[in-house]
Amino acid sequence: MIPLAGNAEGRGAPQVAYVRRVTAAPSSPDAAASSQADVSAEIEAISTRYDDRPDGTAETQPRLDYPPYRSSVLRHPTKAPQQADPEGVELWAPVFGQRDVAALEADLTIQHRGEPQGERIVVTGRVLDGDGRPVRRQLVEVWQANAAGRYIHQRDQHPAPLDPYFTGMGRCLTDADGVYRFTTIKPGPYPWRNHRNAWRPAHIHFSLFGTEFTQRMITQMYFPGDPLFALDPIYQSVVDPAARARLVATYDHDETEPERWMGYRWDIVLTGPHRTLMEASDQ
Amino acid sequence: MTPAAQQPALTPTAGQTVGPFFGYALPFPDDEHLVPPGTAGAVRLHGTVYDGHGDPVPDAILELWQTDAAGEVVQRPGSLRRDGWTFTGWGRASTDDLGHYSFTTLTPGAPFFALTVFARGLLNRLFTRVYLPDAADDPFLATVDADRRSTLVATPDETGLVFDVHLQGDRETVFLTYPRH
Repeated sequence: MIPLAGNAEGRGAPQVAYVRRVTAAPSSPDAAASSQADVSAEIEAISTRYDDRPDGTAETQPRLDYPPYRSSVLRHPTKAPQQADPEGVELWAPVFGQRDVAALEADLTIQHRGEPQGERIVVTGRVLDGDGRPVRRQLVEVWQANAAGRYIHQRDQHPAPLDPYFTGMGRCLTDADGVYRFTTIKPGPYPWRNHRNAWRPAHIHFSLFGTEFTQRMITQMYFPGDPLFALDPIYQSVVDPAARARLVATYDHDETEPERWMGYRWDIVLTGPHRTLMEASDQ
Repeated sequence: MTPAAQQPALTPTAGQTVGPFFGYALPFPDDEHLVPPGTAGAVRLHGTVYDGHGDPVPDAILELWQTDAAGEVVQRPGSLRRDGWTFTGWGRASTDDLGHYSFTTLTPGAPFFALTVFARGLLNRLFTRVYLPDAADDPFLATVDADRRSTLVATPDETGLVFDVHLQGDRETVFLTYPRH
């Protein structure tokens, strides 16, 4: 394949045969102009610069400015964030309860009148704050593609089957030990248009609340050994290898149930809380 | 310092983008209506999310967290199953095809609303504050560069308050980071 000219936003002067492919699809700012080799070279260059950093400090959150993920180019702040001490509501989080979340919402395989296709799994783990304390009775939301890698979202129109028995959205509240637990099916990898022949590793989106507004976060959980890890600019936007590896669940045979499901374990750590510290200093 | 704070802190799990396909999962009925529209004292907090080209961002989702009208932090469940009577202080609004979002809520008794922004193309959440127009002399705002301070202050319109979010560019919104982030 001849490498195509194009800038970081996926525009450029593609050859005619390629224009047909792009225009056949719904218009998208992500319309692919680069090859996987181009994107992999960019990922590699950023990774090498990170490994050679002089101060050696770990960068444990994703880079907001990560050009291999084309959609980030115009959507990342360019100015350093303003330091703020949390005040008022920022020291608290919204409260959710049994009124908000039915117990059945944690099982994504029973939301319809039949069994979804795919490999049934249980995903469980603990939500902890930065001091290692469990985040109790707090909301966890998940969403994911089906076993064929198709989201029920209307914008996902790639030719993989929808599953009439799978929506791919679940909710639960953590228990008194901060434990969440979902029953679902293993999502498939899916194609996207960041670059030519781009595929996302299989993942489950997780939305988490702590005990303070400042701990709010959304992330993605991946499955061990995925061959797409090295190729995926969203996963690689976490440039620190150890921080990246923490996004990957562990296969846990103790959670596997004979003739029922495979078990995966994934613990989540939110940022450190402030309230205990501030309450103590008020005394 | 508390004993807990002297323990070696755990490393927080990395965030990741909300992606393009949250629309069937995160929204819920009346998510953007912290109070039913038409409620006495209700205000609209609305605006547009823009990218670095000044184009609207149609696939963003914002979360609002605020005190009640008396300035008290609310700790009541019920945000996901609103009953129309319980003010929970929390809501969620998706941008439409024109990048516009809208909350129906009460004016907080505190000087600001807390706001979180998620979007496709945005690799981690962003935090900011929406200050009320009459809170422009808040001490925190004095710590912000004078020429960017206005990005944190809502402007009144006929239905309530306008607050645009610029992810990038000349009018880039001031986003916040907190200790221990």
